[in-house]
Amino acid sequence: MKFGIVILPGSNCDHDAWHVAKNVVSAEAELLWHKETDLKGADCVIIPGGFAYGDYLRAGALAKFAPIMEPIRRHAANGGLVFGICNGFQVLTEVGLLPGALMRNEHLRFLSRDVFLRTEETDTPFTSELQRGQILRVPIAHGEGNYYADDATLDELERNRQVIFRYCDGEGRMTSEANPNGSARNIAGICNASRNVLGMMPHPERCSEELLGNADGLGIFKSIVASLARV
Amino acid sequence: MKATVVVELKPSVLDPQGKAIQHSLSTLGFAGVEDVRVGKLFRITLADIGGQTRDHVESQLRQMCERLLANTVVEHFSYTIEE
Repeated sequence: MKFGIVILPGSNCDHDAWHVAKNVVSAEAELLWHKETDLKGADCVIIPGGFAYGDYLRAGALAKFAPIMEPIRRHAANGGLVFGICNGFQVLTEVGLLPGALMRNEHLRFLSRDVFLRTEETDTPFTSELQRGQILRVPIAHGEGNYYADDATLDELERNRQVIFRYCDGEGRMTSEANPNGSARNIAGICNASRNVLGMMPHPERCSEELLGNADGLGIFKSIVASLARV
Repeated sequence: MKATVVVELKPSVLDPQGKAIQHSLSTLGFAGVEDVRVGKLFRITLADIGGQTRDHVESQLRQMCERLLANTVVEHFSYTIEE
Protein backbone atom coordinates (compact mmCIF):
# COMPACT_ATOMS: atom_id res chain seq x y z
CA MET A 1 0.00 0.00 0.00
CA LYS A 2 1.07 3.56 -0.59
CA PHE A 3 0.61 6.86 1.21
CA GLY A 4 0.63 10.10 -0.77
CA ILE A 5 1.36 13.18 1.32
CA VAL A 6 0.26 16.44 -0.26
CA ILE A 7 2.53 19.48 -0.08
CA LEU A 8 0.53 22.67 -0.42
CA PRO A 9 2.41 25.98 -0.34
CA GLY A 10 2.61 26.51 3.42
CA SER A 11 2.19 22.88 4.54
CA ASN A 12 4.62 22.22 7.40
CA CYS A 13 3.73 18.78 8.74
CA ASP A 14 4.22 16.99 5.44
CA HIS A 15 7.57 15.44 6.35
CA ASP A 16 6.34 14.35 9.79
CA ALA A 17 3.50 12.42 8.15
CA TRP A 18 5.82 11.09 5.46
CA HIS A 19 8.29 9.94 8.12
CA VAL A 20 5.63 8.02 10.07
CA ALA A 21 4.28 6.42 6.90
CA LYS A 22 7.70 5.49 5.55
CA ASN A 23 9.80 4.75 8.61
CA VAL A 24 7.41 3.91 11.42
CA VAL A 25 4.70 1.85 9.74
CA SER A 26 7.08 0.95 6.88
CA ALA A 27 4.68 1.66 4.05
CA GLU A 28 5.48 3.12 0.67
CA ALA A 29 5.15 6.91 0.86
CA GLU A 30 5.50 9.71 -1.65
CA LEU A 31 5.24 13.47 -1.29
CA LEU A 32 2.78 14.96 -3.78
CA TRP A 33 3.37 18.53 -4.94
CA HIS A 34 0.21 20.65 -5.13
CA LYS A 35 0.63 21.14 -8.89
CA GLU A 36 0.45 17.40 -9.57
CA THR A 37 -2.62 16.21 -11.40
CA ASP A 38 -2.42 12.57 -10.36
CA LEU A 39 -1.84 10.83 -7.06
CA LYS A 40 1.04 8.56 -8.19
CA GLY A 41 -0.85 5.45 -7.16
CA ALA A 42 -1.43 6.53 -3.55
CA ASP A 43 -4.07 4.48 -1.72
CA CYS A 44 -4.30 6.91 1.18
CA VAL A 45 -3.83 10.62 0.61
CA ILE A 46 -2.80 12.69 3.62
CA ILE A 47 -3.44 16.43 3.61
CA PRO A 48 -1.04 17.54 6.33
CA GLY A 49 -0.99 20.35 8.83
CA GLY A 50 0.42 23.79 8.21
CA PHE A 51 -0.83 27.06 6.81
CA ALA A 52 -1.70 26.34 3.20
CA TYR A 53 -1.57 29.55 1.14
CA GLY A 54 -0.81 31.41 4.35
CA ASP A 55 -4.37 30.74 5.56
CA TYR A 56 -5.26 33.84 3.52
CA LEU A 57 -8.99 34.66 3.49
CA ARG A 58 -9.84 31.62 5.66
CA ALA A 59 -7.84 28.57 6.70
CA GLY A 60 -8.03 26.12 3.81
CA ALA A 61 -10.02 28.43 1.54
CA LEU A 62 -7.48 28.86 -1.24
CA ALA A 63 -6.28 25.25 -1.18
CA LYS A 64 -9.44 24.10 -2.93
CA PHE A 65 -8.12 25.55 -6.17
CA ALA A 66 -4.83 23.61 -6.10
CA PRO A 67 -4.54 21.33 -9.17
CA ILE A 68 -4.08 18.26 -6.94
CA MET A 69 -7.53 18.74 -5.42
CA GLU A 70 -9.30 17.42 -8.52
CA PRO A 71 -7.67 13.96 -8.38
CA ILE A 72 -8.21 13.96 -4.61
CA ARG A 73 -11.95 14.59 -5.13
CA ARG A 74 -12.07 11.74 -7.64
CA HIS A 75 -10.09 9.45 -5.31
CA ALA A 76 -12.54 10.18 -2.46
CA ALA A 77 -15.54 9.67 -4.74
CA ASN A 78 -14.17 6.26 -5.74
CA GLY A 79 -13.84 5.21 -2.10
CA GLY A 80 -10.11 5.96 -1.75
CA LEU A 81 -8.84 7.06 1.65
CA VAL A 82 -8.27 10.76 2.35
CA PHE A 83 -6.95 11.86 5.74
CA GLY A 84 -6.80 15.55 6.65
CA ILE A 85 -4.85 16.52 9.74
CA CYS A 86 -5.28 19.99 11.29
CA ASN A 87 -4.98 22.37 8.32
CA GLY A 88 -5.80 19.32 6.21
CA PHE A 89 -9.13 19.02 8.07
CA GLN A 90 -9.80 22.71 7.40
CA VAL A 91 -9.04 22.13 3.72
CA LEU A 92 -11.42 19.14 3.55
CA THR A 93 -14.31 21.21 4.96
CA GLU A 94 -13.58 24.06 2.52
CA VAL A 95 -13.39 21.62 -0.38
CA GLY A 96 -16.72 20.15 0.69
CA LEU A 97 -15.46 16.61 1.33
CA LEU A 98 -16.45 16.98 4.99
CA PRO A 99 -19.37 18.96 6.44
CA GLY A 100 -19.12 21.95 8.77
CA ALA A 101 -16.41 24.54 9.25
CA LEU A 102 -13.48 25.24 11.58
CA MET A 103 -13.69 28.62 13.23
CA ARG A 104 -11.48 30.73 15.49
CA ASN A 105 -10.81 29.06 18.83
CA GLU A 106 -13.35 30.16 21.38
CA HIS A 107 -10.78 31.96 23.53
CA LEU A 108 -9.06 33.39 20.45
CA ARG A 109 -5.63 31.99 21.35
CA PHE A 110 -3.48 29.69 19.26
CA LEU A 111 -3.27 26.46 21.25
CA SER A 112 -0.22 24.20 21.23
CA ARG A 113 -0.47 21.43 23.80
CA ASP A 114 -1.55 17.85 24.39
CA VAL A 115 -5.23 16.99 24.65
CA PHE A 116 -7.10 13.76 25.34
CA LEU A 117 -9.30 12.23 22.67
CA ARG A 118 -11.96 9.58 23.05
CA THR A 119 -12.19 7.14 20.16
CA GLU A 120 -15.89 7.10 19.32
CA GLU A 121 -16.05 4.71 16.38
CA THR A 122 -13.75 1.95 15.20
CA ASP A 123 -15.55 0.87 12.02
CA THR A 124 -13.52 3.19 9.83
CA PRO A 125 -10.32 2.40 7.94
CA PHE A 126 -8.58 4.97 10.17
CA THR A 127 -9.56 3.55 13.56
CA SER A 128 -10.01 -0.19 12.98
CA GLU A 129 -7.03 -1.07 15.19
CA LEU A 130 -8.22 1.10 18.09
CA GLN A 131 -10.71 0.16 20.78
CA ARG A 132 -14.06 1.90 21.12
CA GLY A 133 -13.69 4.40 23.96
CA GLN A 134 -9.89 4.25 23.82
CA ILE A 135 -8.34 7.43 25.13
CA LEU A 136 -5.46 8.91 23.17
CA ARG A 137 -3.19 11.74 24.23
CA VAL A 138 -2.42 13.73 21.08
CA PRO A 139 -1.03 17.25 20.57
CA ILE A 140 -3.03 20.06 19.03
CA ALA A 141 -1.52 23.17 17.42
CA HIS A 142 -4.11 25.46 15.91
CA GLY A 143 -5.81 28.83 16.05
CA GLU A 144 -8.90 27.75 14.12
CA GLY A 145 -10.04 24.41 15.41
CA ASN A 146 -13.47 25.29 16.72
CA TYR A 147 -15.69 22.85 14.87
CA TYR A 148 -19.02 24.32 13.83
CA ALA A 149 -22.00 22.89 12.00
CA ASP A 150 -25.68 23.67 12.34
CA ASP A 151 -27.75 21.44 14.64
CA ALA A 152 -29.30 19.50 11.78
CA THR A 153 -25.84 18.63 10.43
CA LEU A 154 -24.55 17.73 13.91
CA ASP A 155 -27.55 15.46 14.49
CA GLU A 156 -26.96 13.79 11.17
CA LEU A 157 -23.27 13.25 12.01
CA GLU A 158 -24.30 11.61 15.30
CA ARG A 159 -26.98 9.49 13.64
CA ASN A 160 -24.53 8.17 11.04
CA ARG A 161 -21.82 7.75 13.71
CA GLN A 162 -19.50 10.08 11.79
CA VAL A 163 -18.01 11.66 14.92
CA ILE A 164 -14.80 9.68 15.27
CA PHE A 165 -12.89 11.58 17.98
CA ARG A 166 -14.08 13.86 20.76
CA TYR A 167 -12.09 15.95 23.22
CA CYS A 168 -12.31 14.45 26.69
CA ASP A 169 -10.47 14.52 30.00
CA GLY A 170 -7.93 11.89 31.06
CA GLU A 171 -10.75 9.61 32.21
CA GLY A 172 -12.70 9.89 28.98
CA ARG A 173 -15.31 12.31 30.30
CA MET A 174 -16.59 14.70 27.67
CA THR A 175 -16.59 17.92 29.69
CA SER A 176 -16.53 21.52 28.55
CA GLU A 177 -13.22 21.99 30.44
CA ALA A 178 -11.72 19.26 28.27
CA ASN A 179 -12.86 21.04 25.11
CA PRO A 180 -9.87 23.21 24.19
CA ASN A 181 -11.38 25.36 21.45
CA GLY A 182 -15.16 25.49 21.80
CA SER A 183 -15.90 22.79 19.23
CA ALA A 184 -19.55 21.79 18.95
CA ARG A 185 -20.24 18.64 20.98
CA ASN A 186 -16.48 18.32 21.75
CA ILE A 187 -15.86 17.19 18.17
CA ALA A 188 -12.19 16.71 17.32
CA GLY A 189 -12.53 14.54 14.22
CA ILE A 190 -15.24 13.41 11.80
CA CYS A 191 -15.53 11.22 8.75
CA ASN A 192 -17.79 11.46 5.70
CA ALA A 193 -20.91 9.34 5.31
CA SER A 194 -19.07 6.64 3.37
CA ARG A 195 -16.30 6.61 6.04
CA ASN A 196 -13.34 6.91 3.65
CA VAL A 197 -12.52 10.57 4.39
CA LEU A 198 -11.37 11.55 7.89
CA GLY A 199 -10.49 14.99 9.20
CA MET A 200 -9.14 15.72 12.68
CA MET A 201 -7.57 18.76 14.33
CA PRO A 202 -5.08 16.92 16.61
CA HIS A 203 -1.76 15.69 15.21
CA PRO A 204 -1.30 11.89 15.46
CA GLU A 205 1.80 12.10 13.25
CA ARG A 206 3.53 14.03 16.04
CA CYS A 207 3.03 11.24 18.57
CA SER A 208 3.64 7.97 16.78
CA GLU A 209 7.00 6.94 18.25
CA GLU A 210 8.05 5.99 21.79
CA LEU A 211 11.27 7.88 21.10
CA LEU A 212 9.19 11.08 21.12
CA GLY A 213 7.64 10.16 24.45
CA ASN A 214 4.21 9.28 23.11
CA ALA A 215 3.05 6.76 20.53
CA ASP A 216 -0.71 7.21 20.98
CA GLY A 217 -1.12 8.40 17.40
CA LEU A 218 0.43 5.28 15.89
CA GLY A 219 -2.80 3.27 16.07
CA ILE A 220 -4.35 5.49 13.40
CA PHE A 221 -1.53 4.88 10.93
CA LYS A 222 -1.52 1.16 11.76
CA SER A 223 -5.28 1.07 11.14
CA ILE A 224 -4.85 2.61 7.70
CA VAL A 225 -2.16 0.09 6.78
CA ALA A 226 -4.19 -2.85 8.13
CA SER A 227 -7.38 -1.70 6.40
CA LEU A 228 -5.68 -1.34 3.04
CA ALA A 229 -3.99 -4.72 3.45
CA ARG A 230 -7.47 -6.27 3.80
CA VAL A 231 -8.71 -4.77 0.52
CA MET B 1 -17.21 49.83 -11.81
CA LYS B 2 -16.59 49.29 -8.12
CA ALA B 3 -18.22 46.78 -5.85
CA THR B 4 -18.07 46.48 -2.09
CA VAL B 5 -18.67 43.04 -0.64
CA VAL B 6 -19.28 42.50 3.07
CA VAL B 7 -18.92 39.01 4.51
CA GLU B 8 -20.20 38.45 8.03
CA LEU B 9 -20.78 35.53 10.34
CA LYS B 10 -24.38 34.37 10.31
CA PRO B 11 -26.35 35.70 13.28
CA SER B 12 -26.64 32.14 14.65
CA VAL B 13 -22.84 31.76 14.80
CA LEU B 14 -20.99 32.99 17.88
CA ASP B 15 -18.31 35.59 17.30
CA PRO B 16 -15.80 35.42 20.15
CA GLN B 17 -13.65 38.08 18.49
CA GLY B 18 -16.59 40.48 18.41
CA LYS B 19 -17.32 39.70 22.06
CA ALA B 20 -13.71 40.46 23.04
CA ILE B 21 -13.86 43.78 21.18
CA GLN B 22 -17.17 44.67 22.77
CA HIS B 23 -15.64 43.96 26.18
CA SER B 24 -12.57 46.09 25.37
CA LEU B 25 -14.75 49.00 24.24
CA SER B 26 -16.63 48.85 27.54
CA THR B 27 -13.32 48.73 29.42
CA LEU B 28 -12.25 51.87 27.55
CA GLY B 29 -15.31 53.62 28.95
CA PHE B 30 -17.64 53.54 25.95
CA ALA B 31 -20.97 52.96 27.61
CA GLY B 32 -23.80 51.13 25.91
CA VAL B 33 -21.92 49.02 23.39
CA GLU B 34 -24.37 46.16 23.26
CA ASP B 35 -22.83 43.97 20.61
CA VAL B 36 -19.93 43.87 18.14
CA ARG B 37 -19.74 41.53 15.17
CA VAL B 38 -16.55 41.32 13.10
CA GLY B 39 -16.72 40.83 9.34
CA LYS B 40 -14.65 41.24 6.22
CA LEU B 41 -14.96 43.93 3.57
CA PHE B 42 -13.73 43.52 0.00
CA ARG B 43 -13.42 46.47 -2.40
CA ILE B 44 -13.47 45.03 -5.88
CA THR B 45 -12.71 47.04 -8.97
CA LEU B 46 -14.25 45.60 -12.11
CA ALA B 47 -12.96 46.42 -15.57
CA ASP B 48 -15.51 48.17 -17.73
CA ILE B 49 -16.52 45.68 -20.33
CA GLY B 50 -19.05 47.26 -22.65
CA GLY B 51 -22.63 46.08 -22.62
CA GLN B 52 -22.59 44.42 -19.19
CA THR B 53 -25.97 44.45 -17.57
CA ARG B 54 -26.29 45.06 -13.88
CA ASP B 55 -27.84 41.61 -13.56
CA HIS B 56 -24.73 40.05 -15.01
CA VAL B 57 -22.43 41.95 -12.62
CA GLU B 58 -24.59 40.95 -9.68
CA SER B 59 -24.57 37.34 -10.75
CA GLN B 60 -20.76 37.45 -11.03
CA LEU B 61 -20.48 38.94 -7.55
CA ARG B 62 -22.79 36.31 -6.07
CA GLN B 63 -20.67 33.56 -7.63
CA MET B 64 -17.47 35.15 -6.28
CA CYS B 65 -19.00 35.15 -2.81
CA GLU B 66 -20.37 31.63 -2.97
CA ARG B 67 -17.26 30.07 -4.48
CA LEU B 68 -14.56 31.92 -2.57
CA LEU B 69 -15.17 35.08 -0.57
CA ALA B 70 -17.64 33.60 1.92
CA ASN B 71 -17.89 30.20 3.54
CA THR B 72 -21.64 29.89 3.42
CA VAL B 73 -21.63 27.26 6.17
CA VAL B 74 -20.92 30.02 8.68
CA GLU B 75 -21.02 33.32 6.78
CA HIS B 76 -23.44 35.35 4.72
CA PHE B 77 -22.60 38.11 2.28
CA SER B 78 -24.00 41.33 0.88
CA TYR B 79 -22.73 43.71 -1.78
CA THR B 80 -23.24 47.16 -3.18
CA ILE B 81 -22.28 48.33 -6.66
CA GLU B 82 -21.11 51.82 -7.59
CA GLU B 83 -21.44 52.71 -11.25
